[in-house]
Amino acid sequence: MRLTCPLCGDRDRREFYYYGAEDYLHRPAEGAPLAEWDNYLHLRDNPAGVLRDLWYHEAGCAQWLLVTRNTVTHEILGTELVAERKA
Amino acid sequence: MRIDGKGLIDRTKPVRFRFDGKDYAGYKGDTLASALLANDVRLVGRSFKYHRPRGVLTAGSEEPNALVEVVGPSNQTPNVRATMQEVFEGLVAQSQNRLGSLRFDLLAVNDYLSPFLSAGFYYKTFMWPRAFWEGLYEPIIRRAAGLGSLSGKHDEGTYEKAFAFCDVLVIGSGPSGLIAALTAGRAGADVILCEESHALGGRLLSAGGTIGGVPAGEWVAQVVAELQALPNVRIMPRTTVTGAYDHGTYGALERVGLHKPARPNLPRECFWRIVAKHAVLASGALERPVAFENNDRPGIMMASAVRTYLNRYGVVPGKRVTLFANTDAARATARELMAAGVTVAAIIDPRPDASGVEECPVHVGAEVVGSRGRLGLSGIQVRKGSEVFEIETDCLAMSGGWNPTIHLTCHMNGRPRWDEDLAAFVPMEGAVQGLLAVGAANGSMSTHGALATGHAAAMKAVEALGRKVSVAVPEAEDMPYRLKALWAVEGKGRAWLDFANDVTTKDVKLAAQEGYRSVEHMKRYTTQGMAPDQGKNSNVAALAVLADATGRGIPETGVTTFRPPYVPVSIAAMGAGGRGEGFAPQRFLTSDQASRDRHAPMIEAGLWYRPSYFPKPGEATWREACDREVTMVRQAVGIADVSTLGKIDIQGKDAGRFLDFVYTNTFSTLPVGRVRYGLMLREDGLVLDDGTSARLGENHYLMTTTTAAAGLVMRHLDFVHQAFCADWQVRFISVTESWAQFAVAGPKARALVNSFLESPVELPFMGVAPVRIGGVDGRLFRISFSGEEGYEIAVPTRYGEALFRDLVARAETMGGGPYGMEALNVLRIEKGFITHAEIHGRISAYDIGMEKMVSAKKDCIGKAAATRPGLWGPEREQLVGLKTHAPISSGAHLFVPGTEVHRETDQGYVTSVGWSPTVGAWLGLGFLKDGRARIGEKVRLVDHLRGLDVICEVCHPVFHDPEGEKLRA
Amino acid sequence: MPELIAKSALEGRSVTLGNVTLAEVAVGPITSLAVFPAGGKAVAKGLKVLGLAMPEPGTFAEKKGARIVWTGREQAFLMGVDAPPLEGAALTDQTDGWAVLSVSGAGMADVLARWVPVDLRLAAFPVGRVMRTQLNHMNVVILRIGDHAVEIMVFRSMARTAWHEIETAMHMVAARAGVKI
Repeated sequence: MRLTCPLCGDRDRREFYYYGAEDYLHRPAEGAPLAEWDNYLHLRDNPAGVLRDLWYHEAGCAQWLLVTRNTVTHEILGTELVAERKA
Repeated sequence: MRIDGKGLIDRTKPVRFRFDGKDYAGYKGDTLASALLANDVRLVGRSFKYHRPRGVLTAGSEEPNALVEVVGPSNQTPNVRATMQEVFEGLVAQSQNRLGSLRFDLLAVNDYLSPFLSAGFYYKTFMWPRAFWEGLYEPIIRRAAGLGSLSGKHDEGTYEKAFAFCDVLVIGSGPSGLIAALTAGRAGADVILCEESHALGGRLLSAGGTIGGVPAGEWVAQVVAELQALPNVRIMPRTTVTGAYDHGTYGALERVGLHKPARPNLPRECFWRIVAKHAVLASGALERPVAFENNDRPGIMMASAVRTYLNRYGVVPGKRVTLFANTDAARATARELMAAGVTVAAIIDPRPDASGVEECPVHVGAEVVGSRGRLGLSGIQVRKGSEVFEIETDCLAMSGGWNPTIHLTCHMNGRPRWDEDLAAFVPMEGAVQGLLAVGAANGSMSTHGALATGHAAAMKAVEALGRKVSVAVPEAEDMPYRLKALWAVEGKGRAWLDFANDVTTKDVKLAAQEGYRSVEHMKRYTTQGMAPDQGKNSNVAALAVLADATGRGIPETGVTTFRPPYVPVSIAAMGAGGRGEGFAPQRFLTSDQASRDRHAPMIEAGLWYRPSYFPKPGEATWREACDREVTMVRQAVGIADVSTLGKIDIQGKDAGRFLDFVYTNTFSTLPVGRVRYGLMLREDGLVLDDGTSARLGENHYLMTTTTAAAGLVMRHLDFVHQAFCADWQVRFISVTESWAQFAVAGPKARALVNSFLESPVELPFMGVAPVRIGGVDGRLFRISFSGEEGYEIAVPTRYGEALFRDLVARAETMGGGPYGMEALNVLRIEKGFITHAEIHGRISAYDIGMEKMVSAKKDCIGKAAATRPGLWGPEREQLVGLKTHAPISSGAHLFVPGTEVHRETDQGYVTSVGWSPTVGAWLGLGFLKDGRARIGEKVRLVDHLRGLDVICEVCHPVFHDPEGEKLRA
Repeated sequence: MPELIAKSALEGRSVTLGNVTLAEVAVGPITSLAVFPAGGKAVAKGLKVLGLAMPEPGTFAEKKGARIVWTGREQAFLMGVDAPPLEGAALTDQTDGWAVLSVSGAGMADVLARWVPVDLRLAAFPVGRVMRTQLNHMNVVILRIGDHAVEIMVFRSMARTAWHEIETAMHMVAARAGVKI
């Protein structure tokens, strides 16, 4: 498996650390009800198809990446820096 | 038998080798199989289950029979295919899977027991009586099972792994592969051409014919010479591409040194990870056997293999050859044998409309129905209509048609397509992104078809790369491929499908009869295709037999899943470089040599090597040294290298704000020149790490992490920063490696520190100041992990060794000295300081009594989740101290005295222990249900593993100087 | 007063096998420049004194013994000279954090291909480019300083392992080429 780091270019999967779903970027506001935190921390979709998740270029530039990929075809549809993400 | 004037072997270079204790001669260019056949050795192995005598079947990596052990100086490699092993001077090989000699294998009795050993026999036979399994059946089966054996010694051989990148990867160097490589190579693309064999040319080395008007061999030589001259083409012979993976990644196994005597540093094998923008699969096709009664005798071979041995090695495997084949193309084998002066006794062609005109007898519309010859073929039975007759022969060349070698196209879960005309599976286009199958691998069986499709695929890649080239496709044979599918000949006896695993047509029919109708179930019930050849010779025929037995078509029956690797890959090659020193990086302290000079045993702490203790003359055990070092720190002064702690330099106007966000407590209010202990949570509310952070300037902090979590904390900080506050004025970088840092601890620490500073400083407890030592800028912290008055002195790493040696020398003049990890651990247990033994990932701030450190005034990572029900309260196991007078262990569990010891009555567990010379007792830290309310109670400590059962007193975790008077002195 | 003697990680060792030379090299001071948000202009001004600018991702530049190397998003290492006074960036001394190994010679790429999972072909990784990647299990910064030469920055504490790995690969590559050692 290969990922294209927006800064470092095309790299082998071994350089990356996998964290989890994009959901981790949407941290509830301070004081949000516990149910919202439960959802943020634990509840995940498991789509057969397009998924966005977080990868850390640990052996490279130390940037967190938001990767859009297809879990069925394994196609990587896009990578962007978490620090410079659009949405 | 060797034939004069034939073959590509170098007859000027004879090679001596040994097989089963006997010396033989071959030539450079021979494989072990060709050299043995040249020496008329037909019997080379025994089959897996029935121990049937077996000979060479093929001339390639798909060989199921001729599996041997190659014996090296420090290793014995089992299941080496004699058809792939090149002979070299001094090669030693032996047959395997036998009890006694190869000719008189005692386990051949299994063959007579075959009525009891049919598919699934072990599920049925060994079920009763139950008690017999462990004592009787299992040991016998274990001794009889398995193919080949190892030396039992450590393999001292060198193995290698490597990475390669290219524009176009060409897999196979037959006509389609060569023209593909030539086309891409001439276009200037970076090409890697992998060929499984030691010589390039593929089937062109075995077959005659012409290409572009010149003999095929000449054409191969011309193309190879041109490829070798192109700097952008890398030719990798002896390299099998073993798997196709995501995004253009391919695995490949190169046999680097297996064809020569072992040499130091010369890798035996190299496992390549090749990344290619485009790939051309020119892997050819595998000829398939026909199942008939006793079709497994030595001397019965694939027709194409007989042709290969003749043309490539100048070897004829018999004196009276017969051919049993269902295609026109296979007739070439008989014709070439006759041209070389070998007697062809007969051609048996099952097609009723086949030509009967050859220079030998031809039996059209006939089938081979049986064979005879105990250790080698001596005759076959042929049936034509209702008539059965015998033909005397010592070599039967058989062909049931060809299966395209489609394996790589199926590695990404692609399913192949059944082609009715070829009676074979062909690749589904696009099954592997960027890979195109060409030539016979894609069902184009003629040489012309191979050249045309190979060229076309390469042109596609060239265009996609934005390059241009014009290569003419040379003229070549374009015979139509005419066959009548023939999988198994009707008959009563055992007819083999999978030679390696002894699976017969009967087994497959039995499986179907017993309800194993799915091809995946049949495979597992019969073990069809589960031998080292992974069914390359037999899977398609087996599923054809299954389809027939279940009344379905082949496409409907389907194929089993093709998985990598295509050929067996040694674990040593895949894991090359990961042994010994290569297993993980070793991190060394600047004090490393000084510690070793003092005979300190080094222990691993993560990747670091740290001194365990510093033995003195007369000390017999580590405990004596440890006790002395603890007392030394408590009464005088000790020096320890603490450089392994993670150090992160944090700067910017928002640095304090950032620390407030990642720590539970507040750092923005910390005065410059002061240090504060901080607790860090994960977002799920459990403790991530702890440590001290110092404020070096208005916008400048230095965070320390534990040794264990340094990398983890960095990753966490990067995430929090990039995900939630990328726009803040804060920047941080690891400086762990930039500073060597030493703890100076004990009542005499202050005197020692002031003895080497250029100007002495008065630091309050938890203070930090810049200092100068011998002209070098350093930092002095007044912090303590021992409970004594303590300092940590940091200098740039290059001065670390010098400072450590100096500090130790000074300490020794004051009754002190260095202390190691054992003493450091006892000191911190006495003081109740936690490490990752305690904060192991399931611990909340509440559990360690630090819930008040979670500031109510601000948000921080983990704050919300830390208030979850279940993370606090009396049902939680809470940090306590344990005291007793008998040895105890970490990992032990705690129970109420007098209760039974089992899972339900478990009250907690122990995380750290040590003998405290200060308290004069065994001390422990651990977690006990509602522990803080139980101080003073007795608990029972049980460790089944070490046989401990001890009553302990529950204590406050701080045993030494609970008021902290020594720290603040 | 203690006399503190400076020591490099590998004390300037070097070895040649076949056509590849491995050596520890001294590169002088190393300072990390991490540009704060909106700090770019001030940093550009500060670097002008040296005739340098913040490098593009994956590149480095040299001028009169000073080298500036991209090492991450909004981050670079200034090497070979002391950092000039600079606004707009966090400056952190990294001099002691790294060991720098030079690998040079015709077989350089063959040797590194044993450990580095990145395309080292000159077209993909030309002179003047830098990358952060792995050398077996170690994180490294690799600078392409010549067609057949790189400098590899590795954490100082791991220098001995890095040396061991590269030397092992040099032995294997030399043995493949038939070099007698």
